[in-house]
Amino acid sequence: MANVTEMEISRRGVMAVGAASAMLAPLPAGAQVPAPKAVPVTMKVSLEVNGTRRDLEVDTRTTLLDVLRENLHLTGTKKGCDHGQCGACTVMAGGKRINSCLSLAVMHQGDEIVTIEGLGTPEKLHPMQAAFIKHDGYQCGYCTPGQICSAVAVLAEIKAGIPSHVTAELTARPMVTGAEMRERMSGNICRCGAYSNIVDAMADVAGADIAGVKA
Amino acid sequence: MKPFTYERAKTPAAAAAAAMRTPGAKFIAGGTNLLDLMKLEIEAPRHLVDVNALKLDKIEATPGGGVRIGALVSNTDLASNTRIRRDYGVLSRAIVAGASGQLRNKATTAGNLLQRTRCPYFYDTNQPCNKRQPGSGCGAIGGYSRQLAVIGTSTKCIATYPGDMAVAMRVLDAQVETVNAAGTVRAIPIAEFHRSPGDTPHIETALAPGELITSVTLPAPIGGSHVYYKVRDRASYAFALVSVAAVVQRDGSGRVAIGGIAPRPWRVAGADAAMGQGAKAVAQPLLAGAKPTEDNAFKLALVERTIGAAIAQARETA
Ligand SMILES: Cc1cc2nc3c(=O)[nH]c(=O)nc-3n(C[C@H](O)[C@H](O)[C@H](O)COP(=O)(O)OP(=O)(O)OC[C@H]3O[C@@H](n4cnc5c(N)ncnc54)[C@H](O)[C@@H]3O)c2cc1C
Ligand code: SF4
Repeated sequence: MANVTEMEISRRGVMAVGAASAMLAPLPAGAQVPAPKAVPVTMKVSLEVNGTRRDLEVDTRTTLLDVLRENLHLTGTKKGCDHGQCGACTVMAGGKRINSCLSLAVMHQGDEIVTIEGLGTPEKLHPMQAAFIKHDGYQCGYCTPGQICSAVAVLAEIKAGIPSHVTAELTARPMVTGAEMRERMSGNICRCGAYSNIVDAMADVAGADIAGVKA
Repeated sequence: MKPFTYERAKTPAAAAAAAMRTPGAKFIAGGTNLLDLMKLEIEAPRHLVDVNALKLDKIEATPGGGVRIGALVSNTDLASNTRIRRDYGVLSRAIVAGASGQLRNKATTAGNLLQRTRCPYFYDTNQPCNKRQPGSGCGAIGGYSRQLAVIGTSTKCIATYPGDMAVAMRVLDAQVETVNAAGTVRAIPIAEFHRSPGDTPHIETALAPGELITSVTLPAPIGGSHVYYKVRDRASYAFALVSVAAVVQRDGSGRVAIGGIAPRPWRVAGADAAMGQGAKAVAQPLLAGAKPTEDNAFKLALVERTIGAAIAQARETA
């Protein structure tokens, strides 16, 4: 490092911060070169959202997330990073949880989509929604709809026998344990750090006997 | 994101033909890598050929006793498949060590193989990058290179291939099956699929323009104890600093491939031959000729230790 100029050092310093987060999950780059004139293309698509058929005509670039929020005004699904890193946009498509920000609306022709609004209502909460309230599984609440959609899917995935990184025996059925739930929820980031209460809520719904859970 | 036209292809040959016909076309499968890069305008296809309706979503037995994995099989379905879990455990393990549950539900076999590097300078469009913009230079060389490659690099690019699944496929001697617009099919050994950067780091695989991946085949099971040991900056949901895919037999012999250190899944015949002689003997041939930077020299020691940990785990689970 003896003959590195001050500018290079500061560039390295700046990149070190940006780069560390990029390796965990890259962040969007800054300003872009102004786009040359290109013609937006629209297409028809129909989705089955929370049990109702919705016929739309959208720009091909529109993500499932933006269709839900901007076209259908289902604003429960949240936009966090918009790059598949935070999980705030998690919804079910065809019965499976996905990041709605990394999926184009036109790729979901005929698909059944379930959002947080479709899981339950304030009058008739889904058991997972009720458990999040009971166990205080959130603080600011921004990541919560994604956390709840994921949590519901995680219990279904364990039931279906899908293995995870912490499943000890690949050929045995995975169990509902704290370690399994934590690993499977790692695609949902909570900046308030409500994680332990989220696991408690999930254990409560699963009827799991997990050490330390105040069911 | 730049505007694009979009079509749903009905057959593999039609998909390949559509991609050849339209300049600037790309296939889209799960979309989890391509859309990310399109939002940043690192990729700007003018036409997308959606390959999800090609019915390439099955896992079936091959006459030779192996399996054929459709290009569109999701990462979740592949990792969960009974036969894969039983006979090719290293592949299940590698997949579930990567990304998140949501992403694995969407990510496909072909898309995963073709995921692009996570080099921070590739992602930052304000920085020079020979891979993103050929001839612009390499921001990583002389820059912050902690995560980047220590071997197999060139003076033009030191990026790693970031994926986990392909490292397991490398250790299993997989073949990538393709079809082109003329309907010609071929099988590419995984060892030849990902390319070294040389002077053209933007050319990352052996695929020709418009060539579609239809499936990946695995030879008959080789038995042994299967381990995928991934070391990363946090316990889950992060790319590998170093990963080791290993299949270890009862007598200590076996195979090993390394992720996170090179532009391709890294496997060397001499390392397989040294299995049974301890981690140091295995690591040596793998790292012969390594050119680490000041930032990532730690990976050399980490490779040896991770190999040691993987072999120990293989013994425990045998
Ligand atoms: C936050 C985040 C974390 C991640 N962490 C990890 C990790 O830890 N480990 C890991 O391994 N991966 C990780 N990934 C990457 C993930 O595995 C890939 O995004 C995914 O596998 C890509 O598959 P896809 O089907 O979505 O591909 P797409 O995005 O649809 O396509 C990727 C590329 O493949 C091409 N393509 C697709 N199908 C075909 C085909 N049949 N024939 C020819 N070309 C085709 C496309 O044109 C495109 O260029 C992560 C991703 C994100 C967003
Ligand atoms: S290492 Fe490769 S990907 Fe990274 S900046 Fe250099 S050329 Fe680009």
